[in-house]
Amino acid sequence: MQFQLKRLKSLKPLCAASLLVMMAASAQAATEISWWHSMQGALGDRVNALADQFNKSQSEYKVNAVFKGSYDEAMAAAIAAYRAGNAPHILQVFEVGTATMMYSKGAIVPVTEVMKTAGEKFDPSVYVPAVAGYYTSPKGDMVSFPFNSSTTVFYYNKDMFAKAGLNPDKPPVTWQEVLSAAAKLKANGEKCAYTTGWQSWVHLESFSAWHNVEFASKNNGFDGLDARLKFNSPLHVKHIENMANWAKQGYFTYAGRKNEPEAKFYSGECAMLTSSSSAYANITKNAKFKFAVSSLPYYTEVQGAPQNTIIGGASLWAMSGKKTDEYKAVAKFFKFLSQPEVQAKWHQETGYLPITNAAYELTKKSGFYEKSPGPQVAVQQMIVKTTAKSRGIRLGSFAQIRTIVDEELETVWNGKKTAKEALDAAVKRGDELLVRFEKANK
Amino acid sequence: MEKRARFKSAWLPYALVAPQILVTLLFFFWPAAQALYQSVLLQDAFGAASQFVWFDNFRDLFNDSNYLESFKTTAVFSLLVAFFGLTLSLILAVFADRVVKGAAIYKTFLIWPYAVSPVVVGVLWLFLMNPTLGIIAHVLRDIGIEWNNLLNGRHAMILIVMAAIWKQISYNFLFFLAGLQSIPKSLIEAAAIDGAGPVRRFFSIVFPLLSPTTFFLLVINIVYSFFDTFAIIEATTHGGPGKETEILVYKVFTDGFKGGDLGSAAAQSVVLMVIVIALTVVQFKYVERKVQYS
Repeated sequence: MQFQLKRLKSLKPLCAASLLVMMAASAQAATEISWWHSMQGALGDRVNALADQFNKSQSEYKVNAVFKGSYDEAMAAAIAAYRAGNAPHILQVFEVGTATMMYSKGAIVPVTEVMKTAGEKFDPSVYVPAVAGYYTSPKGDMVSFPFNSSTTVFYYNKDMFAKAGLNPDKPPVTWQEVLSAAAKLKANGEKCAYTTGWQSWVHLESFSAWHNVEFASKNNGFDGLDARLKFNSPLHVKHIENMANWAKQGYFTYAGRKNEPEAKFYSGECAMLTSSSSAYANITKNAKFKFAVSSLPYYTEVQGAPQNTIIGGASLWAMSGKKTDEYKAVAKFFKFLSQPEVQAKWHQETGYLPITNAAYELTKKSGFYEKSPGPQVAVQQMIVKTTAKSRGIRLGSFAQIRTIVDEELETVWNGKKTAKEALDAAVKRGDELLVRFEKANK
Repeated sequence: MEKRARFKSAWLPYALVAPQILVTLLFFFWPAAQALYQSVLLQDAFGAASQFVWFDNFRDLFNDSNYLESFKTTAVFSLLVAFFGLTLSLILAVFADRVVKGAAIYKTFLIWPYAVSPVVVGVLWLFLMNPTLGIIAHVLRDIGIEWNNLLNGRHAMILIVMAAIWKQISYNFLFFLAGLQSIPKSLIEAAAIDGAGPVRRFFSIVFPLLSPTTFFLLVINIVYSFFDTFAIIEATTHGGPGKETEILVYKVFTDGFKGGDLGSAAAQSVVLMVIVIALTVVQFKYVERKVQYS
């Protein structure tokens, strides 16, 4: 008897263990979906926290967030996975990949459809127009779920401004003022007065929307695959010509195609910077001087300027070929992400735009902007009614077109080509890609 | 008298080579055939819609003046990498061969770069040469050279050539050193007794005897600079400024991997395949004649 009791005792922990296993098994019976993203470092932590928060909020569904490298790497990986038949459920795709995703026959399921089939309410009108517009199909359906959006803004070093005798509380509003500020800074001995990140996005894409001129025909590609590039207009050429002159005079320092120039700003080398609003967090962390954010400069003589700037960042796509209850999980997760509280927190912690009006109002009410007014600049650039020319850009092979623009602009900055020659060449080379994309996606 | 061994069985020899043939077919011929097939297709990124377009992909390529320019860039790049890479490592190997004390340490250090991944090599050199932060750029500025690989095409080319050579130097060094050590000492001693100095001994005896090694390394280095260097370029210049450092394989990578245009990327791979086959044939036919295998 005693012996038996002993055995029973020793069985106890075993029982408990098996119970735990059973519980774990039932937890695993939750429908699991995978989410491939490209958010690194602190942003990656935030993404994991979002997935965690969702998983803990209910027990039916489980989201597995997986970091898959930079935007283009993640997209290439997803394309390969799709061809092999095991694409993720949710894929984060950068804004320039939008057309590729949208026109891919059968590779994706529009978000509107996912939500409808799952019986979840989804109202696209709550989104900031410039954000929603970017991801809405010609039929008016939202095809992907806006997630992290940024836009182009202007940063300046207040300390350097003061030293050069400029008013640190009065940032240049127009390009003419940028020029005179640059001249003063230069005269004061600053080696680098102005630099820019993302030259194609800032100086051609956003530039077009900001001045309400078209970047490409067919309403920037929104009305069809037969859109062709238009960024060699006199206004564009004039702006790039000005930049080339500033480069020659030493007012503008070229520092790279992507966000490398941001380092030149927060290291205190360059006094002014145009780049993504999402650089704010990083600049705040690294800058050992006073700086401020201001809206993107424009040309006063252009009618309709300033309009609104264009978004960057990424959206979430639901991939095709999954089970019904998996789509239910996707819908639930998207619903979770659309809550104003979740979005407001995401906006405040990451510096990305609040993508719904509710999230913006919530953030405003919380007094967040009084403490850090920088992020509000980007918001104010975006929350206006968009026009057909400023709604966004939807072009096939857009990532490659950006590379072409980078290549051609570099030949302007090093004086090998004039602004006109380079922009004409970029338009011609980009159009060839558009023709090819149109043929491939007929 | 027949000395060659012969199989009596009709099927055994085939069975014995079958695994080798299977591996070759599966891992070499099948992918190559795939590339050939893809090169005549036009597909969207996800492969949902696919059209047979004959040779349109090739026609588009050769109508593109930038693509033709890329051939020149590739030629310049691979010649520079092969020539300076081989010369430098031969010099290093000759010296290492003569070192008496600490030879093992010296050799080990020289082999290290080979263990570094190409991307890291690229980033490393990018930092050294960075116009604002780089040490080398700083030194260059002090002697009056305004280094800027972001906008100066020649500087960008020098940057990727240096990175590519640095990465490959260990490999070349190893082979040269092995080659040097297999040269009979008696030959060199005999020449020395006859009054030939070190330089004369090198050019009349050592270098000709090294020719099989040199030839082998030449082929390897050309293939290396053609195919294995895109990661270095991706990490440093991205093919810029303009297209001045865009070599053929980098374009394959950007168009296929980043642009999702498999048709064009496959067509470019086929072109590359043809070039490398042609180069190798030429090298074996003409250069090899001058090689003395002892």
